[in-house]
Amino acid sequence: MTHLPLFALFQVADPQLPPTEGIFLIGTVVKMFIVFSVYMVGVAMLTLAERKISAWIQDRHGPNRVGYGWLQPAADGLKNIMKEETYPDSANLPLFILAPAISFIPAMITWAVIPFASPLPTPWGRIDMVVADLPVGFLFCLAISSLGVYGIVLAGWSSNNKYALLGGLRSSAQMISYEIAMGMSTVCVLLLSGNVSLSTIIQQQATMGWNVLLLSIAFFIFLVSSFAETNRLPFDLPEAESELVAGYHTEYSAMKFSFFFIAEYANMVTASALITSLFFGGWDIPFTQWDNLPPFTVLKTVLTLGVFLTKVLFFLFFFMWIRWTVPRFRYDQLMSLGWKVMLPLALAYITIIATVVLVLDRAGVARGPVYGAILFGMNVVLAVLLFVVLDRGRIVSPAYSRLDREEVARLRDMSVRNPALTEKKA
Amino acid sequence: MTIGVKVMDRPVEEVSYVRATLSGMALTFKHLVDPHKVTVQYPEEKWDLSPRWRGTHRMLTTEDGKSKCVACGLCPTVCPANCIKLVPGEDEQGNRYPLVFEIDEFRCIFCGYCQEVCPEEAIHLGRHYENAEYSRDRFVYDLERLSTQTHPVCEMWDPADPKGE
Repeated sequence: MTHLPLFALFQVADPQLPPTEGIFLIGTVVKMFIVFSVYMVGVAMLTLAERKISAWIQDRHGPNRVGYGWLQPAADGLKNIMKEETYPDSANLPLFILAPAISFIPAMITWAVIPFASPLPTPWGRIDMVVADLPVGFLFCLAISSLGVYGIVLAGWSSNNKYALLGGLRSSAQMISYEIAMGMSTVCVLLLSGNVSLSTIIQQQATMGWNVLLLSIAFFIFLVSSFAETNRLPFDLPEAESELVAGYHTEYSAMKFSFFFIAEYANMVTASALITSLFFGGWDIPFTQWDNLPPFTVLKTVLTLGVFLTKVLFFLFFFMWIRWTVPRFRYDQLMSLGWKVMLPLALAYITIIATVVLVLDRAGVARGPVYGAILFGMNVVLAVLLFVVLDRGRIVSPAYSRLDREEVARLRDMSVRNPALTEKKA
Repeated sequence: MTIGVKVMDRPVEEVSYVRATLSGMALTFKHLVDPHKVTVQYPEEKWDLSPRWRGTHRMLTTEDGKSKCVACGLCPTVCPANCIKLVPGEDEQGNRYPLVFEIDEFRCIFCGYCQEVCPEEAIHLGRHYENAEYSRDRFVYDLERLSTQTHPVCEMWDPADPKGE
């Protein structure tokens, strides 16, 4: 190709250097369109994947009629567009209409800052495979993802329905509680990378080892919190169909209902991409430095894109797998897990990691594989300690926990001394 | 405060949430990859009906195409749902035959008493259940429709084991 004279006409810049501003703008618009379309199609296919996986887990076949199942999302979409939209008389209409969009848009915007492949060399210069490589990328993610709760709360409030309102309330309590643990767990990532740009975080993991090994407990906290943030089981209390009909979207019908559905899956994709970027090296191919180093080629871009998508798809599968395995938490269990376990754990972990980083830096250990190995060893010890010592039935709920023997004796003693406490009124 | 409650002191293996979750995930994954699925792909695959299945009625006919019914009136009498409408008639030789014989499949509870009571073995329940229609009045089956149906009929008991032993 390079020997064709035609190609030389288009060769206006060094493929390995950043492009000019005009090309940058055009490239960004093209990327926006591609990412948006792939994302929307992907979210549609996820609804199918969820139904298929749930079916397989329950020994069923799942949708297999419309185009052998593959056109099921299209059929669902068509149905939802054609259906009648109902508006409750007492609803606050402007907010009622706005809420689905508010819950959906933040999930999409977050994708703008997630790098999904190594840079692509083109005749017009090197194009970064991220829609907008913001220097504050990670902070942007946190800021935008906390907006998602507005959609749900507004939907619950504006419907003027007690179930919807309860769903909205729960969702706000849940998302705010877990957002704190989530933010705290990512502080450790920032401590290691020393930068909030997602590209830098990925580069750091490429050299030092994936953060899931270096910061296992932060990963665990982030994973659990992201389940809570996306309202997926076991944290789907805002929906809780057995208690709240359908939670915050009880009053919604047709495409507006569908938008909440899309928003849920969009949130899942975003959470998976964030887990991948922060803890699983983003588009980094493991066990090789070949993909991170210039010169960048088209082959590298395609391979890293494939690796990134594999990781994201694995986490999407993981989300669904968990959903069809674990039952829903009770509200008090949810709160006690969030505030009494996750938050203190995240804070303690920050302290430990900060200390270790400080000690290692003082000792003059270079940030590289050795640094990673030391952190990994420490994490194995911490994880074993955490899951052996802490998981004595205390993690989730006092109702299931092993009671202190003295406490039991005290309670029994009390009930003997005061029969009125236990006896029923005649 | 729940003081009178029996306090269980369960061993760690039983109350560990993480272990329970992991074993649950292993179980669901086993089912996920298990190729044996229980769904019957209905229009293509169908269940084998039991010989005693009681479904859509059939009126049996003699070799010359007339219905076996002699309009004795036992089936409308025994019918607990009162869904059989019978108007008897008589020809020149004095043979009784049904002028009108209609079964309302909506009212019918498919108890099988009509088949059991019939002295001529004329009315039968069938091994058949696909009787969807586009209008309600299509569910009243007249004599001609009952006679022209061809699905296998219900055996109220196993002829080899009449007492159900």
